[in-house]
Amino acid sequence: MSEVIVVTSGKGGVGKTTTTANVGTGLAAMGKKVILIDTDIGLRNLDVVMGLENRIVYNLVDVVEGSCRIKQAIIRDKRYPTLFLLPSAQTRDKSAVNPAQMVKMINHLKDQFDYIILDCPAGIEQGFQNAIAGADRALVVTTPEVSAIRDADRIIGLLEANEIHKMDLVINRIRYDMIRRGDMMSSEDVVDILSLPLIGLVPDDENVVVATNQGEPLVGSNTLAGRAYQNICHRVLGEDVPFLDLEKGISFWAKVSGIFHRS
Amino acid sequence: MNVFKHILKRKSSREIAKDRLKILLISDRVNCSPEMMEMIKNDIAKVISKYMKIDTKSMEIQITKTGSKGRSLKNPTLYANIPILDLNHDIP
Repeated sequence: MSEVIVVTSGKGGVGKTTTTANVGTGLAAMGKKVILIDTDIGLRNLDVVMGLENRIVYNLVDVVEGSCRIKQAIIRDKRYPTLFLLPSAQTRDKSAVNPAQMVKMINHLKDQFDYIILDCPAGIEQGFQNAIAGADRALVVTTPEVSAIRDADRIIGLLEANEIHKMDLVINRIRYDMIRRGDMMSSEDVVDILSLPLIGLVPDDENVVVATNQGEPLVGSNTLAGRAYQNICHRVLGEDVPFLDLEKGISFWAKVSGIFHRS
Repeated sequence: MNVFKHILKRKSSREIAKDRLKILLISDRVNCSPEMMEMIKNDIAKVISKYMKIDTKSMEIQITKTGSKGRSLKNPTLYANIPILDLNHDIP
């Protein structure tokens, strides 16, 4: 039984593509057969984050328009044999594809993969509608910032309106030093505001930038973000993984000392 | 904790963010624009002013959730805070 997951956020730059790449890679490392689909037509990036930009021949729009067979457009990952990428088109725009075409294509892929993960573009226009059209569940990515949370809330409302009720929250780029000072909302604050089940807490980690530079997802590596993404993968599979010590937030004493530091 | 914060009389930026978001998201979710809230506020002020003298400048209205859990706005309440300046205002 395959599951179609859309990774979405509303606001741009909060880590949708990084999350897609890492969760997809992590699931493939656990032996699942996974395809990542970049639905950001005109601004494709999943290929560079995965380090597969030199292998692209055909893309999503070619498949939908029938210019090639779907097998010709799908790229196999260089590290994991069960991980695949369907890249987006760089020279077209969002109107090149419609939701009905996306559903048809996803249904075709369903019997070949355990997980189909869609990287959604920012915004709530056609690109978003295309990305969510065939999805069973959503990972809503946000950061502990007012703008990202507001957009996430809007996205959650739109997902509900589109009958996608299985939604989980990924809070990205958490700075525990700032939370301790009282200058950043904690994961509890964000969950309280958005009222969505939490599936992942990813600390703000320089290694994410390094990994993107190298085109190698860092899931599973011995870095804070790598471990956090690994845990998200286990939770996507339905396993009950406790949140890392760092993920848990801060202890009472840290909060108290944080107050005195401020004064 | 709250006692400490009260003594310091300074809200952390985290609390400011949380408070702002809570109000913002409620109006986002009920699809009620700030302009519309302003119009409702002005109309309420107009009606109340017929009967008593109120401080229209410092009155506040907001939609809040009461008693409901989760995302659904099942029991939204319009909350108005209207300072009265003179109760014995002459009724025309």
